[in-house]
Amino acid sequence: MSLNAPHEGPHAKLIYMANQIAKFMESKPHAEGVELLASHINDFWEPRMRRHLFEVLDAGGTGLRPLVLEAASKIKRPALAA
Amino acid sequence: MKDFIIPDRDFGTPAAKSKQMVTLNIDGFDVTVPEGTSIMRAAAEIGISVPKLCATDSIDAFGSCRLCLVEIEGRNGTPASCTTPVAAGIKVHTQNSKLKQLRRGVMELYISDHPLDCLTCSANGDCELQDMAGAVGLRDVRYEAIDTHFKVKDNSGVANPNYIPRDDSNPYFSYDPQKCIVCSRCVRACEEVQGTFALTIEGRGFDSRVSFGAKTDNALSSDCVSCGACVQACPTATLQEKSVIEIGTPERSVITTCAYCGVGCSFKAEMRGDELVRMVPYKHGKANRGHSCVKGRFAYGYASHKDRILNPMIRDSINDPWKEVSWTEAMDFAAAKMKGIQTKYGRQSVGVITSSRCTNEEAYLVQKLTRAVFMNNNTDTCARVCHSPTGYGLGQTLGTSAGTQDFDSVEHTDVAIVIGANPASGHPVFASRLKKRIRQGAKLIVIDPRRTEMVESAHIRAAHHLALTPGTNVAIVTALAHVIVTEGLFDAAFIQDRCDWDEFQDYAEFVSQPQNSPEAVEMLTGVKASEVRAAARLYATGGNAAIYYGLGVTEHSQGSTTVIGIANLAMMTGNIGRPGVGVNPLRGQNNVQGSCDMGSFPHELPGYRHVKGDAVRDIFEKAWGVQIDPEPGLRIPNMLDAAVEGTFKGLYCQGEDILQSDPDTKHVAAGLAAMECVIVHDLFLNETANYAHVFFPGSTFLEKDGTFTNAERRINRVRKVMAPRNGYADWEVTQMFANAMGGNWTYTHPMQIMEEIALTTPSFAGVTYEKLETMGSIQWPCNEKAPEGTPLMHVDGFVRGKGKFINTEYVATDEKTGPRFPLLLTTGRILSQYNVGAQTRRTPNVAWHAEDVLEIHPHDAEVRGIKDGDFVRLASRSGNTSLRATITDKVNPGVVYTTFHHPDTQANVITTDFSDWATNCPEYKVTAVQVSPSNGPSEWQEEYAAQATKSRRIAAAE
Ligand code: SF4
Ligand code: SF4
Ligand code: SF4
Ligand code: FES
Repeated sequence: MSLNAPHEGPHAKLIYMANQIAKFMESKPHAEGVELLASHINDFWEPRMRRHLFEVLDAGGTGLRPLVLEAASKIKRPALAA
Repeated sequence: MKDFIIPDRDFGTPAAKSKQMVTLNIDGFDVTVPEGTSIMRAAAEIGISVPKLCATDSIDAFGSCRLCLVEIEGRNGTPASCTTPVAAGIKVHTQNSKLKQLRRGVMELYISDHPLDCLTCSANGDCELQDMAGAVGLRDVRYEAIDTHFKVKDNSGVANPNYIPRDDSNPYFSYDPQKCIVCSRCVRACEEVQGTFALTIEGRGFDSRVSFGAKTDNALSSDCVSCGACVQACPTATLQEKSVIEIGTPERSVITTCAYCGVGCSFKAEMRGDELVRMVPYKHGKANRGHSCVKGRFAYGYASHKDRILNPMIRDSINDPWKEVSWTEAMDFAAAKMKGIQTKYGRQSVGVITSSRCTNEEAYLVQKLTRAVFMNNNTDTCARVCHSPTGYGLGQTLGTSAGTQDFDSVEHTDVAIVIGANPASGHPVFASRLKKRIRQGAKLIVIDPRRTEMVESAHIRAAHHLALTPGTNVAIVTALAHVIVTEGLFDAAFIQDRCDWDEFQDYAEFVSQPQNSPEAVEMLTGVKASEVRAAARLYATGGNAAIYYGLGVTEHSQGSTTVIGIANLAMMTGNIGRPGVGVNPLRGQNNVQGSCDMGSFPHELPGYRHVKGDAVRDIFEKAWGVQIDPEPGLRIPNMLDAAVEGTFKGLYCQGEDILQSDPDTKHVAAGLAAMECVIVHDLFLNETANYAHVFFPGSTFLEKDGTFTNAERRINRVRKVMAPRNGYADWEVTQMFANAMGGNWTYTHPMQIMEEIALTTPSFAGVTYEKLETMGSIQWPCNEKAPEGTPLMHVDGFVRGKGKFINTEYVATDEKTGPRFPLLLTTGRILSQYNVGAQTRRTPNVAWHAEDVLEIHPHDAEVRGIKDGDFVRLASRSGNTSLRATITDKVNPGVVYTTFHHPDTQANVITTDFSDWATNCPEYKVTAVQVSPSNGPSEWQEEYAAQATKSRRIAAAE
């Protein structure tokens, strides 16, 4: 976590990044946006980041934009740490 | 300087481009050449060299020396063969008694005003005046000139007013007017080839002299950018490389590729023994066509700089001094540490960073190291911080991250948009080629917060300069699309044929919304709506239109979106798939393209294939005999985050200085400090090495074989001209380390690495060293379908099938100005320095750029009480630093600008951790800052300098 991130909380930066992707995907047709958001995270976020994301999601997903919450079921839950 | 080592024949005048052929007869031989060819060139084609002095084939003929006279049957007089074009059926004589006599007369005049010190002249053996005296059979000079330019004093001892002493102010070449024959080749080279117009001929007749501009008195303080074009063009010793004066003439030359920027200029490394005498741009280099800039031409001195580390070093703690050890000891130490870390913290706890400066083969090996030896995908490259959004944006829209054109394409361009790039500084040889086209009448649109050299310079003026507020690229690009769509300027036929029409309809509807109009975004972007409209019309209707863009596009939180918007513009106007058009990312470092091609990113294997693909993994699993992780690995920012978090502990960093080049220096430092083993593989103890435990000395591009791939996807050979001073080429070092980790690699030449790349990567399938030898260079894709490579992409269809339009909604960056930080900082490059400056700072290039300075508008300076040259404190919410200010209206009020070539400045202490939404490419180009007067370095700079000094200590050998 950046020392000077403009965000609060241990996963704030991650939430911020997920929301950034969501903002782009929101300008797409809805179903496509959900699909692409999930696949973007699956393709580019390594398991550790996705694990953190699921920690947020599992705790209710506070701070995440609705599109991220909607895409959650399509995001791959990483296997336990290798 | 003419060339006698590998004689690149000088044909005297440039090649004519006509398709119409003309046959004539010269000295009894028939020759057929394109219409418009000079008689001189036609003669040269059949091996007849007409004597000449003022002509050379890099510039247009001028016809001033009168040495190249010929006779044409049935025509009067003796025309100059350099300025007389061929005509069908004429009979030309290049040698008869009349011509001989005339030529001798001409030479006599030249020689009478030239010192006869040939034996001790630096151009001895490499001088065209000397050659021509020989060629015309000059045996004596019948009169002594009373007035000369070369005698220091006249016969009575009075100082000669015509004598001008040598100008040695330029660090790399000298100008010695006494040897000048006023052929004006230099002046024309500076105008036509370089486009700087630094040189003029002053005075007339006997009084005419070459001058570096009227205002200034020497070469260094003039407009000269030290590209060297005039030096190549000069037939005498007047303009001469200092290295030749010092060493003597070279005896052989080797063709190789510049290791500085993404233009990838071809050079002849001219050698005497294993001493490099000079680098001369190679006429047949397809990227540069015989031109160069100061970096590639002259700034190679870092290779022999005393700071270069030549022995491996290790230490247990970064607080200890370094200890020099043998290669074996260093390898064992590093391997033991990395193995230990993996055992303790897991397979994923280590990774690599590949270099965009090393060769393709070397980058390939480093990513292979992590995938096949460390057994994870934790590899990233410095392209992360520059062009990763290009990969994403072009990949999504067109189907491949590749730039669409070759550099020659610019010769067919009618309208060029340059957005977020300053090619005159970053890609100088391309800038010269673009400027040449603009002088021929092409129109230019510049989209940049700053008034760069492209906006206005000698004989160049942009038709439109959209000086936007930093961070509003997407708004501008979408507004351009709005105008094109709503005014019906799009190319419907092209879109219907090549793209998905329905997707275009959606896109058209999106951009047509009133909030995307130039008028609606005017307040946001700061650009007058009428200018945006005019620029859009010009781009859509002005003929072949090309977009060139750089880091000013990608290094934003919406970098990928802007790239998508750029691709949309090209598709909707049909400006793709033929010469003169296209979407052209200008890549920063020499091998950014190559390092990306080679699978340096954590989610993709070589050839941009995602690691999740079973078929792709299968290819590499078979080739390498290992199991490949199907999950994407860590990107650089993730590595640092994970390090701070305690899960990432070991890094092998090849030829990159992430501490200086990556954003938010403090975060990078914290990440590095948290690691247990940082291996730096570089030429110098760079800033990252302050946090390293192992140092592997690197080799320069002069010391190894391999290939670089430039911004036009051109694979160029790098050739070894001397033995590595550190003992091993970089690929050998990586191999030793892989083997210490149990890799069992057995490459004996980079050629074998290329074979493996070709075997596993379809776009490289047809690339071999033999083919590179015969073709000179190859643009990928090169395979069965395109055995000679691919100069233009998407000619008959897009790589992805149908071109895809994607909506580009503008989302303002969260980096906003406010009362505490009211100004926007944007960053960039300058010509004479390169990247973090590790190399160029160790050359005499510092003559042009000794420190980073902050550009600030007079208005902003005045309200802060800042005067030109004052030390100022530059602060953002990340940190603060101090540097000198320069007051200029090149930047708009509210915007400040600096470069980041010097570690003392630490400009990245200021930049924040905002990044591109798709790729996490950092947002270097927008930071909210405050500027205030200061009296010296900031606390952080001082602390940093102290830590660096401490960390750089090397223990004396026992
Ligand atoms: S070095 Fe380049 S810029 Fe300088 S005078 Fe010569 S041609 Fe012009
Ligand atoms: S400096 Fe060289 S190229 Fe220029 S006019 Fe003199 S002799 Fe010719
Ligand atoms: S730095 Fe770039 S433009 Fe300059 S010589 Fe090297 S490759 Fe060419
Ligand atoms: S070479 Fe033709 S006039 Fe000089």
